[in-house]
Amino acid sequence: MSRKSTPARQAVVTVAAWTVGFLIFFPILWIFILSFKTEGDAIRTPLGVLTSGWTFESYHEVQERSNYLLHFWNSVVLSVGSTILALVIAIPAAWAMAFVPGKRTKDLLMWMLSTKMMPAVGVLVPMYLLFRDFGLLDTRIGLVVVLTLINLPIVIWMLYTYFKEIPGEILEAARMDGANLRSEILYILTPMAVPGIASTLLLNIILAWNEAFWTLQLTTSNAAPLTQFIASYSSPEGLFYAKLSAASTMAIAPILILGWFSQKQLVRGLTFGAVK
Amino acid sequence: MTMTYRAILGATVALTLAGAALAETTITVATVNNGDMIRMQGLMDAFNAKHPDIKVEWVTLEENVLRQKVTTDIATKGGQFDVMTIGTYEAPIWGKQGWLVSLNDLPAEYDVDDLLPAIRGGLTVDGNLVAAPFYGESSMVMYRTDLMEKAGLTMPEAPTWDFIKEAAAAMTDKSNEVYGICLRGKAGWGENMAFLSAMSNSFGAKWFDMDWKPQFDQQPWKDTLNFYLDLMNNYGPPGASSNGFNENLALFQQGKCGMWIDATVAASFVTGKDSTVADKVGFALAPDKGLGKRGNWLWAWNLAIPAGTQKEEAAKAFVAWATSKEYLALVAEKEGWANVPPGTRTSLYENPEYAKIPFAKMTIDSINSADPTKPTVDPVPYVGVQFVAIPEFQGIGTMVGQLFSAALAGSSTADEALAQAQAAVTQEMTRAGYIK
Amino acid sequence: MATEHSRTAARLMVSPAVILLFLWMIVPLGMTIYFSFLRYNLLMPGMESWAGFDNYYYFITQPAFKSALVNTLLLVAGVLLITVFGGIALALLLDQPFRGQGIVRVMVIAPFFVMPTVSALVWKNMFMNPVNGIFAHISKSLGFQPFDFLSHAPLASIILIVAWSWLPFATLILLTALQSLDREQMEAAEMDGANWLNRFIYLTLPHLTRSITVVILIQTIFLLSVFAEILVTTNGGPGTASTNLPFLVYAQSLLNFDVGGGSAGGIIAVILANIVAVFLMRMIGKNLES
Repeated sequence: MSRKSTPARQAVVTVAAWTVGFLIFFPILWIFILSFKTEGDAIRTPLGVLTSGWTFESYHEVQERSNYLLHFWNSVVLSVGSTILALVIAIPAAWAMAFVPGKRTKDLLMWMLSTKMMPAVGVLVPMYLLFRDFGLLDTRIGLVVVLTLINLPIVIWMLYTYFKEIPGEILEAARMDGANLRSEILYILTPMAVPGIASTLLLNIILAWNEAFWTLQLTTSNAAPLTQFIASYSSPEGLFYAKLSAASTMAIAPILILGWFSQKQLVRGLTFGAVK
Repeated sequence: MTMTYRAILGATVALTLAGAALAETTITVATVNNGDMIRMQGLMDAFNAKHPDIKVEWVTLEENVLRQKVTTDIATKGGQFDVMTIGTYEAPIWGKQGWLVSLNDLPAEYDVDDLLPAIRGGLTVDGNLVAAPFYGESSMVMYRTDLMEKAGLTMPEAPTWDFIKEAAAAMTDKSNEVYGICLRGKAGWGENMAFLSAMSNSFGAKWFDMDWKPQFDQQPWKDTLNFYLDLMNNYGPPGASSNGFNENLALFQQGKCGMWIDATVAASFVTGKDSTVADKVGFALAPDKGLGKRGNWLWAWNLAIPAGTQKEEAAKAFVAWATSKEYLALVAEKEGWANVPPGTRTSLYENPEYAKIPFAKMTIDSINSADPTKPTVDPVPYVGVQFVAIPEFQGIGTMVGQLFSAALAGSSTADEALAQAQAAVTQEMTRAGYIK
Repeated sequence: MATEHSRTAARLMVSPAVILLFLWMIVPLGMTIYFSFLRYNLLMPGMESWAGFDNYYYFITQPAFKSALVNTLLLVAGVLLITVFGGIALALLLDQPFRGQGIVRVMVIAPFFVMPTVSALVWKNMFMNPVNGIFAHISKSLGFQPFDFLSHAPLASIILIVAWSWLPFATLILLTALQSLDREQMEAAEMDGANWLNRFIYLTLPHLTRSITVVILIQTIFLLSVFAEILVTTNGGPGTASTNLPFLVYAQSLLNFDVGGGSAGGIIAVILANIVAVFLMRMIGKNLES
């Protein structure tokens, strides 16, 4: 806990932390390793896997079979699009709830969160019929709307807890100076809220990127994101570990890299008002 | 609002179609991610050369996801696909609903009479061919010739279940990780229940009697399940209750199974390049119990065109090409005879080149010995060897599969599993109105 | 503080979100409620008829329902236990200064970015598979019979897989909270002779309460609807050993294509989820008040 740590203690901590970190990361590392093996080698013992030859075969095959770029681009459009749309709707709502709370604000928030608990499978048929009638099946716009609505409650809630951290006095002062609502939001609140918004944005992109039910059910080819790309490599007849690993690596790498690079921003807002 | 929207949409579609007629028609084909389908995607140049005006867009999915998506789509008339890959289970049910375009008007050179009668029979509804078979399969025994020899036994061409048990006992060598027999145990109507239903047919069991009463409380089912559990518990691999086709394939390829009773398509895998036992595999018909039925199933993956597609002509051209003799010849030329999609055409099995493939004869014999219209020893009101071609079957089949899988895992006894199955299926069938 | 003017403005600003979510709730939900009173099988169109409460009665009385309820709660509780305790431990560890802190942190948060389907496929095939999985290879090399996770401990295995995905989330939030802990206060306590345990119980833990609450709340929302992991790994089995409520609804509506029964199940799941939500708010809601 304290600053002054003995070298012995530091060694123990270092070893422990690295071990735990490695164990947690190992499955991902393993996918990565298997993706450079042949199907036959990929099912050998761990030692056999490590000592066998390396090959790009699986990547070649995946590249040949699927239009990775299309799926990748769809994933980008869906996750970024739905996140931006969600923020546009959520920022004013969260602002209002944080600064002009009514008697029922808490209930309203809770109700919003509870909409997230609806099991998606239960409403698939109604949704499919709606999408069919509005011509939205296999369109990006349709999925952007669905993903927005799915994640909106979390977005509002995150922003709400974040906005509540902003001291009301600053706004009072601004109002005294004659700032109207728009400029209040635009020039005072937003800059202060940027870290919170940034981390909300990142978290939501991750959630949308990994959403695997609606994106699979409501798309066929034009709007299909990476989740469907994965579904075409899982469990065929015959050996598939290497190809599945290659496809998985390609599907998770972009979001993993984004996550790693934006780690600081992600963390900063994740406090949910926990830091006082 | 919907009306106007639809009108506008309709107009747009009409316009696009008019434009497309000049250029090209894109058809969307939903298919399962099995090897034969993947191979076809690599051979599309030949199709494009013949039909430069048709562009094929593939949607390749894992079997369960595929089934779910195409069923939802066709039942709600979503219109997302122009060609769907469906099984022999779906074809009669969907055909009866009028959801599939009749393929009776395929050109003469398609030679529809060349299709194997057992397969064609399962795809014909009221005289209409509702789907064209892409590849067909039955099940058979695959065994290790070397282990068989070591055990001092000879596999007959048509073994009995008792012989299988004897051989399994003789081949099992758990200390060297050799298990006498590998069978499906993973729950699902197309997983363990495909095997167990087919097996039960040879034991004289059936799913339903003529009044649609479930038959799990009868002796033949008890015999089936007890025999299966006994085999697997004593001579099977660990963790058999989560083994499906792939898990068993991997086991067999690594030389850990003495025998494996599964789909005939597995033959090309176990003798293929990833297999460590490729040159030591023999084949035999699925076992029987001397009651006149063998424990083999009949399945085919077929291409069907959903009614209501606006691209029927292009879709038909594609289906006719993909399931033609010409396509078989193309695969043979590019990838060798062993990789030709099997089990659909008589002419393939009459071809002397194809007859050289070690598993060709056993495959056709297995397919011919299955009769989906008379699957069981006693008469039954349903069609289908390892399934019951009613819409409710996926649900009840999976439910019963779960119960039997639990019995294999040891969390319940055979009698408990059968009693639960009987109760659950009776409830479902009553609810669905079969049992009055 | 708030004027009449700002109150109206606030209402205007909340309304798009409320209206949208309300539509999102009410349109599919309304249709679902309607379907739940019909005898409606997707594979038998044109046969729809009024079923009254039959679908509800059937859904609740089926033997799988009770075990699905228990499994749903076990799954949520199991994952919460692992992630909260594991998260606290990991956060405490990573909060210490050591070499390569950045890299280790990156490794620890990585699982959060992996799609549920991918993580389930990987765990199932490459780790827990009793023949080709790494665990099986390890136990064989140590001379033990491989343990078949997914058939002998299906729910526990799924809990493990889900916990692996959510542990980073908990760790991240708790670590962030830890870093805002008042170091001087800590050092003062240490000077006063408070041992590690006392410092943890009286200083660290209270500081973390709010973050723990947040972790529990957010995770519960997602854990109640865990589905992909089950579909990929065990298909709800063996038997109904790993069937939770969403999976039961799935089996009803997409395996049986019984839209009526599936809809009834969906409605029941929504009602139960809301009960849990209310319960949760009662229990820990006050922690969220600032």
